[in-house]
Amino acid sequence: MIAKQTNQKAWFMVLPVFLVVAFSAVIPLMTVVNYSVQDTFGGNQFFWVGMEWFRDLIHSERFHDAFLRQLLFSGIILLIEIPLGVAIALAMPKKGWGVPVCLISMALPLLIPWNVVGTIWQIFGRVDIGLLGHSLASLGVNYNYTQDPLAAWLTIIVMDVWHWTSLVVLLAYAGLCSIPDAYYQAAKIDGASRFAVFRYIQLPKMQRVLLIAILLRFMDSFMIYTEPFVITGGGPGNSTTFMSIDLVKMAVGQFDLGPAAAMSLVYFLVILLLCWVFYTVMTNVGEESRKGGN
Amino acid sequence: MQLELRNVSRKVGRQFHIADVSLTFTAGTLNILLGPTLAGKTSLMRLMAGLDRPTAGTIHVDGRDVTGLAVQRRNVAMVYQQFINYPNLSVFENIASPLRIAGESKSVIADKVGQVAALLKLEKMLGRSPQELSGGQQQRTALARALVKGAELVLLDEPLANLDYKLREELREELPRIFSATGSIFVYATTEPSEALLLGGNIATLHQGEVSQFGPTFEVFSRPQNLITARTLSDPPLNLLPVTKLNNSLRHKGQLELPVVGALPQLADDDYTIAFRPHHLYLQRPTSEAIAVKAKVAVTELTGSESYVHIDVAGIRWVLLTAGIHHFEVHEAIDIFLDPRTFYVFDRNDRLVVTPEAASKG
Amino acid sequence: MATITLQEIAHSYTGASTNPDDYALKKLNLTWRDGGAYALLGPSGCGKTTLLNIISGLLIPTDGRVLFNDQDITRLPTEQRNIAQIFQFPVIYDTMTVFDNLAFPLKNRGRSRKEIEPRVIALAKMLGLEKDLGTRAQHLTADAKQKISLGRGLIRQSVNAILFDEPLTVIDPQLKWELRSQLKYLHKQFGFTMIYVTHDQTEALTFAEQVIVMYEGEIVQVGTPEELFDRPAHTFVGYFIGSPGMNIIPCLLQGNQAVVDGHRIDLGQHYPDQPASAKTELGVRPEHLRLGPADEGGLPVRVVKVNDIGRHRIVRVALEGRELNVVVPEQSEIGGERAALYFNPDHTNIYLNDHLLTGERQ
Repeated sequence: MIAKQTNQKAWFMVLPVFLVVAFSAVIPLMTVVNYSVQDTFGGNQFFWVGMEWFRDLIHSERFHDAFLRQLLFSGIILLIEIPLGVAIALAMPKKGWGVPVCLISMALPLLIPWNVVGTIWQIFGRVDIGLLGHSLASLGVNYNYTQDPLAAWLTIIVMDVWHWTSLVVLLAYAGLCSIPDAYYQAAKIDGASRFAVFRYIQLPKMQRVLLIAILLRFMDSFMIYTEPFVITGGGPGNSTTFMSIDLVKMAVGQFDLGPAAAMSLVYFLVILLLCWVFYTVMTNVGEESRKGGN
Repeated sequence: MQLELRNVSRKVGRQFHIADVSLTFTAGTLNILLGPTLAGKTSLMRLMAGLDRPTAGTIHVDGRDVTGLAVQRRNVAMVYQQFINYPNLSVFENIASPLRIAGESKSVIADKVGQVAALLKLEKMLGRSPQELSGGQQQRTALARALVKGAELVLLDEPLANLDYKLREELREELPRIFSATGSIFVYATTEPSEALLLGGNIATLHQGEVSQFGPTFEVFSRPQNLITARTLSDPPLNLLPVTKLNNSLRHKGQLELPVVGALPQLADDDYTIAFRPHHLYLQRPTSEAIAVKAKVAVTELTGSESYVHIDVAGIRWVLLTAGIHHFEVHEAIDIFLDPRTFYVFDRNDRLVVTPEAASKG
Repeated sequence: MATITLQEIAHSYTGASTNPDDYALKKLNLTWRDGGAYALLGPSGCGKTTLLNIISGLLIPTDGRVLFNDQDITRLPTEQRNIAQIFQFPVIYDTMTVFDNLAFPLKNRGRSRKEIEPRVIALAKMLGLEKDLGTRAQHLTADAKQKISLGRGLIRQSVNAILFDEPLTVIDPQLKWELRSQLKYLHKQFGFTMIYVTHDQTEALTFAEQVIVMYEGEIVQVGTPEELFDRPAHTFVGYFIGSPGMNIIPCLLQGNQAVVDGHRIDLGQHYPDQPASAKTELGVRPEHLRLGPADEGGLPVRVVKVNDIGRHRIVRVALEGRELNVVVPEQSEIGGERAALYFNPDHTNIYLNDHLLTGERQ
């Protein structure tokens, strides 16, 4: 047997990626880990404090509040965006000139940068000059997102729905388009109602793309920062202070590097955990339908 | 060249997709992989191509171990069931694409494409785009692309499955000629026994990831070494009759008794499976030695010149194929005849112990 | 249940037109009796699927009317036509069990559980699915899934017709036999009108009592499998039906003889003289030709190739420059390169401009 020629040159090709990942992910992460176990009184003097910041964090009411607020926000926007997105996708035309028109108008909000979205809605909702705020005020509705927590939440949720439902629509629409015509025809022949078609054909066939949509929307909303920061700055009070906003307040506003580092690590682990849960569920579902496909 | 698979296995999770396969293919041969869906045909081809790596065993080309070699560095071409062509290139450019990648000169490309196009009767189509072609012509284009680069190993994975029946017949007729004109090793996967018989060459019958027999196609057909091979290579399906031989009688579950004639008396007392093909069941007594059996008609299929009579005998379903048009009522009782000289007999381990007289002569 | 009548049906996908080439389906009239088994047979693009879609209500024909009994249903939507359809790829409801799949059409029509259950169980038994009733349909094999699709049609006792659109495409050859005979059996049991679209002549001939052969949007022949085999009305039918198809060779007519390259062939019938511009051809099935030893009469032919395909052999012979296929029984000896070819006057047809010409018996 002739020995196979092995070529070690390939490793040099990977080197740039290796360096980029090291500088953009590994080194910053290790710095954060470093901060999370130390305290400083300024002047670049650090003291080893062990797990103290983590203990404080776990028992901190402020952290609990931010975490629950974050979960509530993600929960609400998922409950609105997923059904709404599916409903819009179902209503979209399947052929003809309406298809590109719908797709383009659906894609538009996705093209706008986060901070611009925040600014648009910040101005839109202002009572003095905003179209929405002013109209509501002149109708006699007591709406002021800078003072009323409920109004602030509503503004941010409506904004997020406006910004991101399109993503769910596009994914669901792609899922719907992949269903062969024969299924609809068979359902007609079987006398299935519109709801039965949705329940037994469209929903099962959309299952995988919907899982992807849920995953993406969950992660994104869980990490939301720019828009609420621009609109409300986390207020009024702490009512829209989500986890990332809280983190920035702590790190940049108060310069509590240790606790902030501990919090960002916990934040990171929570997201990692949720990712893993979603990933496991998704791959299981994927396996199942592939087995069925054969 | 020579391609050799030595005790190759591929395990995915806990499941064996390919289990201990050893095969040797030589240059200029057509080798058929026959088996039902999921028997391992595609898995085996992927191993030969180098798209997958075996979990055990080695693959050799001309004695050289190529087991870990990437597909790009092997001289392999593949044709799939779907007609895969570049939709925005002309037929000429489609066929020329492997040569362009290899950096051949213009005149060499024109030359080689011309030759292959002539072989596949595509000369008049060269300027068209693949969408303007019929399914058969699209598949010819894909085949031409596989042949043009002069690959030493050409893998065809059910290439005719998506074609109309008559187009299949036409291409099938031409393929042996095309194959013999190139001198490469061809490996051809199919689910259809009749296709395998028409193509000839060598055959490896596959069942659940294992090769049950490998040899010249017609020889495997007339002398299958085991029951699995015989069943895999039979279309219409083989008729089976499990029997117990005791002294001078053959019985099936006490419901059917056959005289012990022909080669049968030499067998030791044990359980056997008798197998015979549908055209060896008769409506009229074919010879004086033939055995008469009472049967009930389940359904009759007519093809215009022949009749397939599906019958139930002692709880077993058989198919009788006979010339001419015969109408029977459902559940009608009829007499049919078995000719012991056409029996294949398999022992309790499904190994062939008796071959029909006619087949053992050939 | 209903008699289906197609009156002056024609369809063009680009709307009504004066150019006959725009029509995917050219004007046709057909009547299908209640409870019959029919097949639409032809190559892809012949218009058979268009016709099926017109019957199922997916397409509204450009011209003409569709009648179920005497009711005009040309513009009635699919769901109101009370038909069932089985598609090329199995259509099942993935998330439901086999039981729920079969019960679905009844549930949608508001039948009670008490009525549904015994019917589903009885049907599952006939289809051989009773063991799988509790399994999720998604996990079954392709043939079981196709049985479920069929079952959803059979469960409704009042359907006007069951339509099949190449239903065995994804089924392995051995299982095709089982499904085909089961289908035939179920047709006899239920007595529904069944219409079967396919490009596979074996499926069409074995299934149908009457086969409609289509070519380029037109019906070229309607007949029983026997008629299509023995007396093809058009050379296309001769070529398309039979495997290999009919031998068709140009000839000259001289009374009761055909002249092929100077050789005279007796026809047993007298044909009128034809003008020199007419295209006259002789058509004979490979099954109706016989080979004998050379130099003892018959037409002198050269044996080009012998193909052993199991139950018989296909011999390709050359008569002067023209090649013909001859089917001979298995084991028959082909002695040497030269042989004599014999025609059977009863099975030798004459075609004038591709259409069957009937002579006068003498």
